Amino acid sequence: MSLWQHFQSQPITWLVVTLVVFLLASWLNSRAGKTPFLHPVLLSLSLIILLLYLTNTDYPTYMQGGQYLHLLLGPAVVALAVPLYDHLATVRRMLVPLLLGSVSGALVAAVSAILLAAWMGLDRALLMTVAPKSVTSPIAIAIAEKIGGFPSLAAGLVLITGAMGCLIAPLVYRLLRIEDPAVKGFVLGVGAHAMGTAFAFEYGMIAGAFGGLAMAMTGTFTAFMLPVLTSLIGV
Amino acid sequence: MIQGFLILLLCQLLGELLVWMLSVPVPGSVVGMVVLFFALIGYGKVPDSLRLSSEGILKILPLLLVPAGVGLMKHFGVISEYWGALLLSLFVSTLITMLVVALLLRKFISGEESK
Repeated sequence: MSLWQHFQSQPITWLVVTLVVFLLASWLNSRAGKTPFLHPVLLSLSLIILLLYLTNTDYPTYMQGGQYLHLLLGPAVVALAVPLYDHLATVRRMLVPLLLGSVSGALVAAVSAILLAAWMGLDRALLMTVAPKSVTSPIAIAIAEKIGGFPSLAAGLVLITGAMGCLIAPLVYRLLRIEDPAVKGFVLGVGAHAMGTAFAFEYGMIAGAFGGLAMAMTGTFTAFMLPVLTSLIGV
Repeated sequence: MIQGFLILLLCQLLGELLVWMLSVPVPGSVVGMVVLFFALIGYGKVPDSLRLSSEGILKILPLLLVPAGVGLMKHFGVISEYWGALLLSLFVSTLITMLVVALLLRKFISGEESK
């Protein structure tokens, strides 16, 4: 028992657990045909939470190891500038429709989520948590931290939104008779961020590239827009 | 690769500094991304070391999200009370968003980029 208590208090233990569980979850996900409902991140965090419960370990103890990975989210967000720059030619050529699509998408996503959640009686901290739900997780975590939501709950809601978006998108295409792969990819990137982008590659490289663009533009715009918006509509 | 990683960190640091100076509630890392994006436009290409580091870190991005995600365990009370309202707002909002964006884009880029 005291041996376990010794290991439990070592940050390295939880780093190793996180990596092992993540590899296991990725393996399980690819065995399950890469379905977004068994997303490696969703799967790993469920398994780790279960493990922490079984070993009676609290979150702060886990985070003594986990913080080293969490710290890298900042530079990872900065790194999103590189793929965005790689698509500069496309951005320049189609600046107006792309801006229009990502700006209106970011606005509709945040406003509709806030209004729906407020209508269903959720309090302010929860509204600030659902607001960045269509934004890629590293940016959503940073936004929720900034505007007074719960970052980890926001991360979870983002993942659920991503899975839902992959389910909703084909319905939207059918309903509106969308054939253009660029539009398909962009819709997925705006509504379902990174998970949508991964799903968009199923429709080809163009769809995937537009998904990535949409994700980066929507995330950036939402980060600048949400603080202003929330003070504007007084929540 | 170390230079590339340093560039990412310096951009984030600059972002945090700008956020503090302008006292705007925008995440510093997002400002850092915008700074790097315009720096790349100015420089005209992506330095090899930066490409190596940024592609490396983006490849392991899902792993980096796990520790924050595990923090969900702190919110089980809220989730068990409001899960219906949370899921419904996510679903309806995502559906509306995708419909609006698809309608807008079909008007503006259909046919132009599909080839």
